[in-house]
Amino acid sequence: MRVLIIEDDRAAADYLIKAFGEVGHVAEAAADGEDGLSRALTGGFDVLIVDRMLPKRDGLSLIGALRAKSNNTPVLILSALGQVDDRVKGLRAGGDDYLAKPYAFSELLARVEVLARRRHGRSEETVYRVGDLELDRLSHRVARGGTEISLQPREFRLLEYLMKHAGQVVTRTMLLENVWDYHFDPQTNVIDVHMSRLRSKIDKGFPQPLLHTVRGAGYVVRDSAR
Amino acid sequence: MTALGKLFRTTAFRLTLAYLFVFALCAALLLVYVAFNMRRLITEQITSTVDAEIGGLAEQYNQGGIRRLVFVIEQRSRRPGSSIYLVTSPTGDSIAGNIGSPAPGILDRPGWIETPYRRSEEKEAAENIALARVFILPGGFRLLVGRDLEERDRVYSIVTSAGRWSIAVVVVLGIAGGVFVSRRVLTRIDAMTQTAQTIMAGNLSGRLPVGKSGDELDRLALNLNDMLERIEALMQGLKEVSDNVAHDLKTPLTRLHNRCEEALRTAKTETEFRSALEETIAESDEIIRTFNALLLIARTESGGVRDNMTEFDAADVVRDVAELYEPVAEEAGLALKVEAAPSPMKGNRELVSQALANLLDNAIKYAAPSEEAMNGAIPEIAIASGERDHGIRLSVSDNGPGIPETDRERVIGRFVRLEQSRTKPGSGLGLSLASAVARLHGGKLTLEENAPGLRATLDLPRSIPAT
Repeated sequence: MRVLIIEDDRAAADYLIKAFGEVGHVAEAAADGEDGLSRALTGGFDVLIVDRMLPKRDGLSLIGALRAKSNNTPVLILSALGQVDDRVKGLRAGGDDYLAKPYAFSELLARVEVLARRRHGRSEETVYRVGDLELDRLSHRVARGGTEISLQPREFRLLEYLMKHAGQVVTRTMLLENVWDYHFDPQTNVIDVHMSRLRSKIDKGFPQPLLHTVRGAGYVVRDSAR
Repeated sequence: MTALGKLFRTTAFRLTLAYLFVFALCAALLLVYVAFNMRRLITEQITSTVDAEIGGLAEQYNQGGIRRLVFVIEQRSRRPGSSIYLVTSPTGDSIAGNIGSPAPGILDRPGWIETPYRRSEEKEAAENIALARVFILPGGFRLLVGRDLEERDRVYSIVTSAGRWSIAVVVVLGIAGGVFVSRRVLTRIDAMTQTAQTIMAGNLSGRLPVGKSGDELDRLALNLNDMLERIEALMQGLKEVSDNVAHDLKTPLTRLHNRCEEALRTAKTETEFRSALEETIAESDEIIRTFNALLLIARTESGGVRDNMTEFDAADVVRDVAELYEPVAEEAGLALKVEAAPSPMKGNRELVSQALANLLDNAIKYAAPSEEAMNGAIPEIAIASGERDHGIRLSVSDNGPGIPETDRERVIGRFVRLEQSRTKPGSGLGLSLASAVARLHGGKLTLEENAPGLRATLDLPRSIPAT
């Protein structure tokens, strides 16, 4: 995966380039809005990480210019402004995801990977399969090894989101945002409790667990047998 | 600036001067008009009597010749009054009349003439001015008839001097009135300015003096006082926030610092370093979390999030939040009861959700009662929505230990946690945020006794008040 980081803080950019390199991605940095825009248009990147406040051309205007040239590279906006209305503004300007500073690299990585994969996404599939687990998005049925599992509506959406991004780490915040549509911090580890409930329905009694906890990052649905 | 100079610069005084000028000008114009017309009227009266008399005398001459005319003139001359008469021969010698010989050339002038004269019987008398006319009789005799103008001029001068005096009095009184009015205004404005200066100097509790008359200055002072009240409250809030930030961020930062130092000093193996680093990250996340909560409260209180107002049913918010926390409650051994009656309202859905989530989170954290108190029954938390009076009421009730009445107000303040040991996670900002959200919507957060336990109630209006 090739990532372009448009960020004027050299130290932050270097840190990200190194961190992406460690997990096997290629990242480059552009230090201002103009440079970032021209490289985003020509470079063939999978994901752009754009800071909101940039010299020469601010992040939102950069995204606007990019979209005006029908470039649909997924964009993740990084910003020190973390409030709900700033987020809405960023997404409205054409951003695909929004992350407030300071952030954990695991959170950023999970979101960037989801964005990159989304381009060749599986959203059009009607049945998701991971191992012997099956989720039918139309009939809202879930079965594992042929045995039907009964889920609450929210549990269904939780599993749907996890299976849509099967093999990818999703963070607690991503789940809260995408499954519950909440953008605040619920303080208590509510997501963990929901996940342990879901896990008891999906994995209990099966020798091969599919729902895994990734320490310090989040969760992943993966068929580890393969 | 001298006191007098300051007085002259007041708006009230300048207005007075302007009005005074206009009034004085009008009065002067009126006076000139009256005086001029009066003079003209008197002059007209004189000319018409003189004309009539000349007519009468000419008649006498026509009937009885010069002898009769002279006789009549002598007779009339003896009567006291302001009339003057003179009859001269064709050669210009005076024949009869009550004045001495007129100025040369007068007798040949046609029409009305204003001429000085001197009464013949009083030689020492001063020269007076008369309005007269000369009539040439058949036979060359000239007849001069006139009236003294002293009376007319006296009346005229009385009118004009009265006018001048009254204008002078008006000006003096006007300026005095202006000084009086502007001094009255000035003292009040000065009092306000002085208070404003003490307030600017840092004494935010100062208030402008408000009179009893309820005039525009009082209304201004009242409004400014309300403004000051608000500013003081905001400043107080700001001070509290910075104090609390200093306190509640410094504490974990110090902890962070100490942990790093300790790791440097004592850690030997990679595992020890790793665990120290992980703890450091967890600690810094906690600080960021606190910081975000503080920022959100500050923004909510300043009204900065007012734009994102939508119409929604608070019952949906109640159901969603309950659904989010239901497993957590169950894990804590609590039953969650939801009573969501339709409650349409307008507001910031995200913030209302968060406020409710905070209340529920608190209830779950602190409400679990001791086993023996429940006698085996499952403790319950109730979350409800419904319409109440003119607004919406959202409530979270538990039957845990509750909060002593004396602490209820305090616990809404920032960073207040009654549990001294701080073993439960949380920033101590949950209730503050809920309260700030309530205020943003023009509502209120109240904590009440639930006998046993605590009921937290969010009373919100259906739509946000305009201010």
